[in-house]
Amino acid sequence: DTKTSGSTLKKAKTRRSKRFLQSREPKLTEGQKSSMIIRGGNSSETVSQALKDVYALKKPNAVLYKRKNMVRPFDDSTALEFFSKKSDCSLFLFGSHNKKRPNNLIFGRMFDFHVLDMFELGIERFVSLRDVKTDTCPEGTKPLLVFAGELFETDREHQRLRNLLTDFFCGPRVSAVRLAGLEHVLHFTALEGKIYMRSYKVLLKKSGCRTPRIQLQDMGPSFDFVMRRNHMASDDLYKTAHRQPRGVKPKKKKNISHDAFGTRLGRLHMQKQDLDKLQTRKMKGLRKRRGEQTAETAAAAAKAPRTDE
Amino acid sequence: MASCSFEDVLAKAERDEAEKLKGITVSKELDLEFDPGNLLAFDKNRIDTREFKDCKREDFLRSLARDNTQLLVNEIWKLPTERVEEVLVAKLPDPTTLLPREKPAPKPKPPTKWEQFAKLKGIQKKKKTNLVWDEVHKEWRRRWGYKRAKDDTKEWLIEVPENADPSEHQFNKRNKAKKERVARNEYNRLKNIARAQKIKVPGMGLAPTPRQSKAELAQAVNVAKISTASVGKFQDNLPKEKTPKNTGKKRKFQPLIGDFSSEKQKQLDLLKVMDSKKPRLDVTKAVNKQMREEDMESRHKNKKDFGKKGRRGKMSGKGKAGGKGPKGKGRKPQMKQGKR
Repeated sequence: DTKTSGSTLKKAKTRRSKRFLQSREPKLTEGQKSSMIIRGGNSSETVSQALKDVYALKKPNAVLYKRKNMVRPFDDSTALEFFSKKSDCSLFLFGSHNKKRPNNLIFGRMFDFHVLDMFELGIERFVSLRDVKTDTCPEGTKPLLVFAGELFETDREHQRLRNLLTDFFCGPRVSAVRLAGLEHVLHFTALEGKIYMRSYKVLLKKSGCRTPRIQLQDMGPSFDFVMRRNHMASDDLYKTAHRQPRGVKPKKKKNISHDAFGTRLGRLHMQKQDLDKLQTRKMKGLRKRRGEQTAETAAAAAKAPRTDE
Repeated sequence: MASCSFEDVLAKAERDEAEKLKGITVSKELDLEFDPGNLLAFDKNRIDTREFKDCKREDFLRSLARDNTQLLVNEIWKLPTERVEEVLVAKLPDPTTLLPREKPAPKPKPPTKWEQFAKLKGIQKKKKTNLVWDEVHKEWRRRWGYKRAKDDTKEWLIEVPENADPSEHQFNKRNKAKKERVARNEYNRLKNIARAQKIKVPGMGLAPTPRQSKAELAQAVNVAKISTASVGKFQDNLPKEKTPKNTGKKRKFQPLIGDFSSEKQKQLDLLKVMDSKKPRLDVTKAVNKQMREEDMESRHKNKKDFGKKGRRGKMSGKGKAGGKGPKGKGRKPQMKQGKR
């Protein structure tokens, strides 16, 4: 509950400010990431509308900075890092427009308020929410995400972009989902260096069995992106960003396995046993007497399977 | 009865099943990769570019999306479900795609001085009530803070104790004691933080006290002894006194004629430094200088009006030397305050 401003360590003076600072501290399991949507120095109608649409998709965990910000993320990312620190957002979307790079969107994410990855995508074709006159799903629904195209598997940059887009659009982490509430699907297709993003409303129709038949209805913003520059984090920074604290991973109990019927099985390890000297039930009649040893051994051998239980 | 054989019945059942599942089956070359925890599906199949260009693009994409979504929904419907408040809900497993964290994992804070002591002695935290009955004001007041129950600085009448100095101001005495307690608390809190972050803080040294104990006097004597130019090396001792340990200067000079090879190496290194094109940069010093300059500038900026902001040059002259220090402070960010 101390906030460091410059070199002085101030203590939170009210309970409200203390709660605010605690919400910004690093936690063991993190909640949903907020994103900031920033308008750059010069932006066209397309870019402004695109930013507004993505903001509508990502409400309420997004902040939209509508005024012009003279920032060049690829040259100097300190301004972005400052914004991120002030608004506690780790995802950002920066939109700008100039002659060299028309209708430019930069998707990016931060780790510890320093830029981790940035991908610059140019909008070639854009259909806004306003132009598609169908009803949309409520704000804050967790969307279904589908990525198509072998480029997302083979090309390293596309792999990272897929991870970034998942991070950006995935929404809060939930333990259960209402089956009737799966209304929104975002579909990304990678083809020949271009990425087609479409957003559909899911209609669940009756089919013969329990699982419904899907029908899709055009909804929401649709983009045709072209890959431009990118800045990917180095491998060790990427690995550091993934490091989970000790408390989170549940300790796996060893030696428990389940067979096909669902019975729980485990393995017992025994020391070597001398079967001759096994402790079994004492049958006084079978005790060896001195005179009758030869006859007794034969009888004992016959009786052994019955006594050994 | 004999006409319908066992195999026929089975075949008919299979056909019925296939009919039922016709609505939801999708055939693909490669199976999709699913991550139901994130409601994510990944289709690795090759997309026929000819088909993409031939038919209308949107229809092709929509049908592809429909197939993939159907497979994803099939996968989600396989998950265990339960009824929560009249709503059917599917329980999602943990997400399998590894997403990076937002901030690094929090390190467990080391215990403070009091916590260490409490653990050692086995002292448990006792839960206390929020409000305490104040007899004087005859109401419930909070235990500490603003308008608390027993606030001795707020008393309107203080009896002067018998052994006290009559000219002493009792009210001021209580106020001063409170200020000292607050200062001591703050000092201890900062010391706890420094200990947690393993920052070395110089000790307090000798605090001014009216009456010094034996240990404090001994410490004062030692400090006085080593505060000479030669750090107490030539100070005389009293008959049975021991010399303090940290006397004598800490710098040591090399002898005039000593190790030739090390001397040669030192001279060569010096020449190399003088010869190199790069300036010798003490990064910490440069960054500190830069930071101080920026603080000064921001302070001046606050005093001037906003209109003049744009006209002033943003680059400070010494900015180049600082360069990209450890904090990466190259150019000053344009938008420290304001416009968004």
